[in-house]
Amino acid sequence: MLAAPVSTHSVPVIVDQAFVLFKDWLVSFLPPSWRPAAGVVLCVIAIVCVFPGLFALTTVFERKGLGRMQNRYGPNRVGPYGFFQPVADGIKSLTKEDVVPLNADVVVHFLAPLTLVVTVFMGFAVLPMGRNMVLANLDAGLLFFFSMSAATELSVFMAGWSSRNKYSLLGAMRAVAQMISYEVPLLLTTVAVVMIAGSLSLPKIVAAQSGYTGVFPHWYIFTPWGLASFLVFAIAATAETNRSPFDLPEGESEIVAGYHTEYSGFKFALFFLGEYLAMFSISGIGVTLFLGGWSAPLSFLNVVPSWFWFFSKVMVSIFVFIWMRGTLPRLRQDQLMNFAWKFVLPFTLLNLGVTALWRFMGEGWARWVVSSVILVGVYVFMGRVGMFKKHFGPRSYRYAE
Amino acid sequence: MSPIFYVLAVLTVAGGLAAVLLKNTVHCALALTVAFAGLALLFLNLDAQFVGFAQILIYIGAVAILVVFAILLTRGTETPQAGVFSRSWFVGLVIAAGVFSVLGWAVLQSARVLPQPSAIPSVTVHDIGVALLGRYVLPLEIVALLLTSATIGAVIVAMHEKGRPQ
Amino acid sequence: MLGEGILKGMAETAKNFAGSFVSEDRLTTVEYPEQRIPTFENARVFPFLVYDGSDWAAGMRCVACQICEKECPPKCIYIEKSQDKKPDFVGKPQFYPARFDIDVSVCMSCQICVEVCPFEAIKMDTEFELATDNRFGGLLLDREELAKSNEYYHRIHPTEADEVDARLNSEKAAAEAKAKAAAQAAAAKSADAAKPSPAKPAPSTGGED
Ligand code: SF4
Ligand code: SF4
Repeated sequence: MLAAPVSTHSVPVIVDQAFVLFKDWLVSFLPPSWRPAAGVVLCVIAIVCVFPGLFALTTVFERKGLGRMQNRYGPNRVGPYGFFQPVADGIKSLTKEDVVPLNADVVVHFLAPLTLVVTVFMGFAVLPMGRNMVLANLDAGLLFFFSMSAATELSVFMAGWSSRNKYSLLGAMRAVAQMISYEVPLLLTTVAVVMIAGSLSLPKIVAAQSGYTGVFPHWYIFTPWGLASFLVFAIAATAETNRSPFDLPEGESEIVAGYHTEYSGFKFALFFLGEYLAMFSISGIGVTLFLGGWSAPLSFLNVVPSWFWFFSKVMVSIFVFIWMRGTLPRLRQDQLMNFAWKFVLPFTLLNLGVTALWRFMGEGWARWVVSSVILVGVYVFMGRVGMFKKHFGPRSYRYAE
Repeated sequence: MSPIFYVLAVLTVAGGLAAVLLKNTVHCALALTVAFAGLALLFLNLDAQFVGFAQILIYIGAVAILVVFAILLTRGTETPQAGVFSRSWFVGLVIAAGVFSVLGWAVLQSARVLPQPSAIPSVTVHDIGVALLGRYVLPLEIVALLLTSATIGAVIVAMHEKGRPQ
Repeated sequence: MLGEGILKGMAETAKNFAGSFVSEDRLTTVEYPEQRIPTFENARVFPFLVYDGSDWAAGMRCVACQICEKECPPKCIYIEKSQDKKPDFVGKPQFYPARFDIDVSVCMSCQICVEVCPFEAIKMDTEFELATDNRFGGLLLDREELAKSNEYYHRIHPTEADEVDARLNSEKAAAEAKAKAAAQAAAAKSADAAKPSPAKPAPSTGGED
């Protein structure tokens, strides 16, 4: 946790820092030499409890929300309004038989879900979830986060390869290809933020956005380059977490369930958990980079504690994920790759240039106009001309007709 | 040399050995990843955060993936029936020993040639950035040029030749 | 512009999302165990055996000709012919199935058995709540479970059942007329011989109907 003194804000310290103070109080029972380690352990326990809890809530809200988007009720049988559905699901997946294919590579098959969940959990270590609420305030926190999310790719591959199933392998190949393709724009958009904030440390990036002009916050999304970066980031993050419309690795209609076809029972539940945790962590990083982290959306809303803002922003972005899932059909593999390499990547590179321009044009309205014009112009041009004839139309079959 | 160092060293060396000795190529690639991870942890143990995370990001996130992709897309993943040692293992061993001794000699000499820093320098990401774009900008640019030409070369190799059916 | 369609789609789903809370008619869900919709007349699930009258064993129309057993594509019908005979609806003595099993876990509801049966004895049911906790025998229906009355048939498929009844009645009338003619001929013959014949008039009318 940060030891920095609590800066000026209007919310009572006891509420804003409730969790930090509680942790300090708990730790104070231990001898001083144990305190730092015990504090870290407490924070880890908190993270390991809170996010799976959110995961359980999200699954039921997702199913209800998707249902409503399709004019259905969604789950409403287990408990009041169906809110105990995740409990039932959990019991089911825990008591289900764990089937391992006869030909599977048992060790790798076993390790894949574990490494996935562990690496995803590691990402939470650097997320500032409130004022002074960050487990590891690393100097290179952003880099740490992305190195952890890059490590999840390998577990996906391990899962797909070790199952000895063509669908698993195809799903894993798709997943890895997709994750690699979209990781490039994902990282490049964060570079834009790093260029402006001048730091790789996430608490510092939040601090850089914590000012207000009048009542409006200085979030990066409210700048031309920030908006463009945020949009690209959102697209790439959706692809990274294999969410619809980028859920090709799990496309049921083509490859059963992709890389986790051969997983059942608790191991499948771990994959499911890992996927949602990845969604939370990538939303958390998006919130931190572009939406001001834990700072309030309007200056007078600072009476509400900081952690509330962080978690509500994360939940809003989760809702957008669900909303997109309820709306968009799945892309085709060639569309996915074309979009990544021929639209998203060039646009991100251009955006980096625009960010540099923004940085060196100094204060004033001129930089707003110039960068907006460049970005919008190029977006329209690329959308109209660049994507023309990029195989977005009906498919032409070369062999089967 | 803390106990952590020894644990990590054993992990890294074991990963490396497994990568060489295992029969199944994909297992080798995964073992190589363990070695990469061990190396990254060693960097972190030395307080070199940037290098450690970059090691994970690039080697585990990209290089290892590239290796497994290359394995899957080329020869399949059947376990070879014969042993894993090639016939020219002795020559390989000699070359490896030669490289190792040169590197070891250089490392051992560096302690004598370079003056020992009095305190452990605290290197922040900011310092690394300044150094890369200040003092070491020329090497950086040369590396960038090299990589760009390599990428272009790869694209040209992969491109369809005109006039040939796809 | 790129992304326009996505926004349009998102607006549509948002409308659905909000609308489903406001107007109940958007929700077409029937909450099944509590609410039900009546089955359609042409619905079909698995076959059943029709019987006439009130005693299923006596009124069973099936004559164990085993045509359906041979025609059933997944071979889920098993029939054993009886040794003795019982009168059918026109009173003609016929075999009856001593055993008639349908494994509905195999049946694919193709209705071919119904199409090929020359005796209107097997028809498609609309009963779909067949869940059972007996994993092995629960879905193997024997002849008693398969037997359903003609009234039930009328209830689930009224139009079709009327047609069948009309056909059967005309068949029966034809048979009766034939029998009467035969009886008359026999009577005339015996009158010719001027000697009462001990033989009964051939098939006695009546039977179960
Ligand atoms: S409906 Fe088809 S599958 Fe079922 S018993 Fe009749 S013929 Fe066989
Ligand atoms: S149901 Fe019909 S076809 Fe099948 S044995 Fe009976 S009479 Fe013959």
